[in-house]
Amino acid sequence: MQIVVIGGGICGSLILRKLSTLRNVSAVLVEAKCDLGQGVTKANSAIVHGGYDDPHGTVRAPLCVKGNALFTDLCEELNVPFKRTGSLVVARDNPDEIKQLQELLENGEKNGARGLRIIDKDELRKIEPNLSKDYEHALHCSSAGITEPWMIAIAAANIARMNGARVITGDPVTGCNISDGCVEDIILESGTRIPADCVINATGVHYNEVASIFGVVTPTVKLRKGQYILLDKLAGGMIRSIIFPTPSEEGKGKLVLPTVDRGVLLGPTSEKLDSYTPDDVATSDKGLRDVMNAADSLVPGISRNNWIIKSFAGLRPDTDERDFFIKADDRVKNFITVGAIRSPGLTAAPAIAELVVDEMIPQILEFSAEPKDRIVTRLPKTEKINELPFKEIARMIDDDPLHGKIVCQCNEVSEREIINAIREGARTIDGVKFRTRAGFGRCQGSFCGWRIAQILSRELGTELSEVKLNEKNTWILNGKVRP
Amino acid sequence: MKNTKTDVLVVGGGAGGMAAAVSAAKEGAHVILLEREDAVGGVLNQCIHNGFGLQFYQQELTGPEFSHKLEYELRERDVHVVCGSYVRHIDFSSNSAYVISPSGGEKITAGAIVIATGARERPFGALLIPGDRPAGIFPAGLAQRYVNLENHLPGNRALILGSGDIGLIMARRLTLEGMEVVAVVERMPYPGGLTRNVVQCLEDFGIPLLLSNTVTSVRGNGRLKSVEVSEVDEQFNPISGKARSFEVDTLVLSAGLIPQVEDYVRDLDTDPVNKGLSVSNTCETSARGIFAAGNNVAVFDLVDYVAAEGWIAGRHAAFHALGNAGQSQRIPVVRKGMVGVLVPNMVDPNEHLRIYLRLKAPMDKGKVIVRELEIEKDFVYGVPSEMLQLVVNKDKLDKIRDLERLTVEVLS
Repeated sequence: MQIVVIGGGICGSLILRKLSTLRNVSAVLVEAKCDLGQGVTKANSAIVHGGYDDPHGTVRAPLCVKGNALFTDLCEELNVPFKRTGSLVVARDNPDEIKQLQELLENGEKNGARGLRIIDKDELRKIEPNLSKDYEHALHCSSAGITEPWMIAIAAANIARMNGARVITGDPVTGCNISDGCVEDIILESGTRIPADCVINATGVHYNEVASIFGVVTPTVKLRKGQYILLDKLAGGMIRSIIFPTPSEEGKGKLVLPTVDRGVLLGPTSEKLDSYTPDDVATSDKGLRDVMNAADSLVPGISRNNWIIKSFAGLRPDTDERDFFIKADDRVKNFITVGAIRSPGLTAAPAIAELVVDEMIPQILEFSAEPKDRIVTRLPKTEKINELPFKEIARMIDDDPLHGKIVCQCNEVSEREIINAIREGARTIDGVKFRTRAGFGRCQGSFCGWRIAQILSRELGTELSEVKLNEKNTWILNGKVRP
Repeated sequence: MKNTKTDVLVVGGGAGGMAAAVSAAKEGAHVILLEREDAVGGVLNQCIHNGFGLQFYQQELTGPEFSHKLEYELRERDVHVVCGSYVRHIDFSSNSAYVISPSGGEKITAGAIVIATGARERPFGALLIPGDRPAGIFPAGLAQRYVNLENHLPGNRALILGSGDIGLIMARRLTLEGMEVVAVVERMPYPGGLTRNVVQCLEDFGIPLLLSNTVTSVRGNGRLKSVEVSEVDEQFNPISGKARSFEVDTLVLSAGLIPQVEDYVRDLDTDPVNKGLSVSNTCETSARGIFAAGNNVAVFDLVDYVAAEGWIAGRHAAFHALGNAGQSQRIPVVRKGMVGVLVPNMVDPNEHLRIYLRLKAPMDKGKVIVRELEIEKDFVYGVPSEMLQLVVNKDKLDKIRDLERLTVEVLS
């Protein structure tokens, strides 16, 4: 039987990875964008949450706690960085905020969250000496961590491919055929028809739109925008943990947190959008100012001008229920929506994949899953020059000089790493950037942008002017100056 | 892994680094020069316009010509040049650099090191301009590289943010190569680049220069579609009702250069105004035997200044490495009045002194005063974009030997 996953974000890719291990299933993933993990998955806080703040009784609470527990193995198998840095919800010395910590602790314990405890001022100072002196109490969660969410989507799809799954990118779903209350096939923009015994709608902010193509009604998505500012590695020494203020109606608040490559991320805002504008990831002057002010009130002086290297915004799909919507449809029986994957969607994703593949699909399709005899469970380790000792690098260069050709000087990325990324599916400047971190550093590609474009054009056998930043209409160069 | 020893190691093969390597070699030192690109020359290679070399070579040259002259001297002096190399780390306690290149990993231990890593452009991300994140936004130097060396145009219709020299040069270049440049936008009330460039690159081509204006948002899903430009007040805040939109597919940024010192800030002092490494008039940094020259000390106007400083750095690096450095002394140099960027930050009275300074704001007339040396030099029409220069012979520095500081002041 053929199962089609629509959406190559973290949920869709992890579902595909699990499906690809089954003997009686042919798995296909269809992604509208030109690369994987470039929607909601890309622009969020990249946190693996502890699971203490999702209200007990929601769908998301147990999935978050379970997902958190799965992350160490997942990231090892996918060869994606993951650090359990621990998180702190910090409170001022007033009864309301202290009470909030207590409530979070109790809620977390009910959810089964691990590593929770309330710490005092002295311990807080010891962990975060640069935290504002206004904060005297904190809920510490040792199981919380940080990762690179887009790399999970990319790596999961790669491993699924190795196990025989098909991945189609840059081709949105535009139609379908349904008979007897079951989807028979889906139709892509290119005209391709893909027969489907089951369809999984894991399309991030687009789950309403995609469901409606199949005549399926889902809870109305309410978009929330989050604006972020990324700081240079020079800021990395300022903090060790993910630092949250006490939560509010808006959500978890604007944080200060480390990134896996030793930078610092500030934000997000949490702005309700009035209308459904899934392409609106514009930042605003006010939003960015709010982010800086909030960060400075947690860690004074952190939003220093010469540390800022980038700002961006992402959208999160929320609903009035403020909970995940993961459900097989009643009328179109072989259609499952994995929708409203708001925070903590990243954390919950591996647990969502288990839920969908191990429980929901066997139930609606009435089949028992059988594992393939031989599967790839682990991606081969790809060497990152940046993480290796000098002697090891020297040895590698002796075998392959391209390890010694450093293209991105800010993040120490070699030409070999860039070529490997292209061979593994990178087709654009951003595709290379998100896979290798080349161009992600303080010069933002000022020095290496042209060279990466050149390598792409050489490796893909295209003209330099065919190289794109990310999507189809993101051309960079407009033909030759002279023939 | 190779272990190599040399007298002088120069990091960076732009104008400053090449000049340093040549002068160190001229003093008899064995010199290794590390360059990250495939060829030496740095940004000179893509600066195909002329106007270089009037001071350093007393003739007008293009960027590549200037570079070729130094390159020729590198060869003549047997400087060992390693292109395509990357310095991973310098251990300043042993003066060892850990270098990666396609030919291998190498630990180079030197008697003296010259750091000539230049500057980088302030990228779009650092400007916090609100709006979308479309394709079509280029730092001016990257656009210049694409046009002049990679033979590709960045778009059809461009707006340039920032009137630094490279922005002005690119306005002319893009126009000559067939693009339409709708305006150059500058948030200050005066241009950021040299007057000659404003005249030759904008006025001669009828390109409007919008002073006291800035880009307040960029729009475009995919490729850039438009930018919003607004007039700003004295605090650079947009004035409401003074915004207009330009339909362009290309935004070129000339929003300032940043000295590249991040890899060294843990070990070497930096100057908070120059934002570069602190140096003496012998180009020595706060660490003995470590020298710096060029745009990683302060962003200079002219490559001629950079090469001249590199030359001094190389000479003194050679003296240090070969054990010929005399007793040296360091007297701090402090700013007063309208002095912004100022080089050097320390003075050794045993050597000639060249002072480079930038005004904080334009002045109709004024004077540069160095009280301790009884120097007063008048100037008219001083602008921040053009450095003022003072040269003091070392004979005159004897009298400051016992002073605690040297004060450089600009008064109107």
